Parts: sequence; C-alpha cells; structure tokens
Amino acid sequence: MAYSEKVIDHYENPRNVGSYDKADTTVGTGMVGAPACGDVMKLQIKVNEQGVIEDAKFKTYGCGSAIASSSLLTEWVKGKTLDEAREIKNTEIAEELELPPVKVHCSVLAEDAIKAAIEDYQNKKPG
Amino acid sequence: MSFDLSSDYFHLFGIPVSFSVDTGALMQRYRELQQVVHPDRFATSSEQERRLSLQYATHINEGLRVLKDPLERARYLLQLKGVQWDDEQTTLSDPEFLMQQMELRESLSEVREQSDPVEAVADIITNVDAIIQENTRLLEGLLQSEDLDNLDKAKLQVRKMQFLQKMKSEAESLEAKLEDEL
Repeated sequence: MAYSEKVIDHYENPRNVGSYDKADTTVGTGMVGAPACGDVMKLQIKVNEQGVIEDAKFKTYGCGSAIASSSLLTEWVKGKTLDEAREIKNTEIAEELELPPVKVHCSVLAEDAIKAAIEDYQNKKPG
Repeated sequence: MSFDLSSDYFHLFGIPVSFSVDTGALMQRYRELQQVVHPDRFATSSEQERRLSLQYATHINEGLRVLKDPLERARYLLQLKGVQWDDEQTTLSDPEFLMQQMELRESLSEVREQSDPVEAVADIITNVDAIIQENTRLLEGLLQSEDLDNLDKAKLQVRKMQFLQKMKSEAESLEAKLEDEL
C-alpha cells in the first residue's frame, strides 16, 4: 500500500510520543483499540486550569496510518479547549493525511481516542 | 449433484450448530463432500456443470476454513444469530483489556534487548496462549446461552480474541525471524 508523504513523515518522525501519569488529575487518558487490525492507541492530554489542552502525548501500536493519525491529532489538540478538541472529526484527519478508504478506520480510532481522553479527564474532576 | 448454497456451513457439513465442533467428524465430512464435487469427476461434463462443481468446491472450502478456526467459527455463529460485524467502524474501549494488550506489545517490542530474545518471545507466546484459552472458555459459555445480553458479551469477547490472535501471529513471526538469525 502506498502511504502519502504526510503519513510517512509522521510515521518516521512521530510527534509527542510518550506517557503521562494517568493518575494525575490534570491528565486525561483515552485507550482505544481497533479489532479489525489489532491496533492499540493510548492518547493522553494535559489540561490547564482554564480547560485548555496544554500538551498531549500518545503511544500507538499499529500500522503507519494509525501512528500518523494519533501523531497528527496530538499536534492539533494542543492549545485547544476541550470543547474544540471534541469537535475534531475523523474525516478531517483522514483528509489531512490523505488516507485511502481502507485506512479510514485508523482516523476513527484517533477520534475515539481523543473523545475517551476528554471523558476520562472530566470524570476525574471533583464535582 | 445439487447443493443448497444458501444453507449455513453447519448444515452443509451436517454438524450441530454449536461453537464446540468435533474436528474429526468435520474433516471426514469435508473429504466426503470434496469427493462428490471434485473437478476430476466433471472433466467430461458440460461447462455449466463444471462451473457449478467449482462453485460448490469453493463453498465447501470456505466452510471448512470458517468452521475449523475457533475465532471465525464464533463470528459466523454470532452472525447466524443476527449479530452484525461492522469491523471498520468498531472501536474497542475496555481500558483494562487494552492496557494488557499494550503491555504485551511493549514487551514484544523489547524482546531484542533481552539476554535471550528467543526465550523471551517464547514466554510471551505462552502467556498469550494462556489468555487466548481463558477467553475461548469464556466465549464458549456465552455462545451456549440464548440470552440476548450474552450475545453482546460474546460479540465483545470475539473482538478481544481478534486482538489476541493478531498479537499471537506477530509474536510468532518475530520468533521465526529470531530463529532464522541464530
């Protein structure tokens, strides 16, 4: 399968790979997996007091498109509010990375991961 | 010669519609069926008959492939019960299970740094096999039940098995690669 240059760039130089302490109350963790291909994705956001995502990290085991989707997403969410980040659609990721139809599910995974991370963060917050 | 291509694979092979399959009976029935439709028997038949025999043979082969493999069999069985598989659109979000998957993937990626990589990867495979066995038992129990709630659980269980199989095949190909390098 031919990957687009953007996918290859993110795959070879993934941005923001790493982990935060998931017990940290300023951190939201989203864990998702794609049964179709066995990919596993962990996406974490660090949120400041104003509800803005200061930083994001990811760890993905999977194909180039899954890695690129999560890498791109961590770049996109930085500086966004939680509401703005929740609005990111998988189609935007797929479009930016020029994913072929068979790899669109990788971008679905990334969208689900950020939503899960936001939910995790909000569930942790007291009150 | 006439086969009902619309009947399910269990009926095609004349075995009970169940997750537990008698492999011996399955293989015996397979050989019988293949003999009936073998292309050699149709060498002098009309083109239409030859085409049909090929179609039947393909159907039988596909049936064997599905019924022999526990995961494929479970998927098929659930499909017969009305479960739909939207593989491309489905995301699994069981944090505990995914964390386990991630840890397994991590240990697999670190195999080469171990003092004995071949043993390290063999340990991972043993570990994954044990998890697969445990999950197969769970799945078996769920598939025996007619409870609709359990069908959903069985579906989730099949999803997990897909991850485990994928993990196993990756571990096995790494093992083969490491052994080649010895």
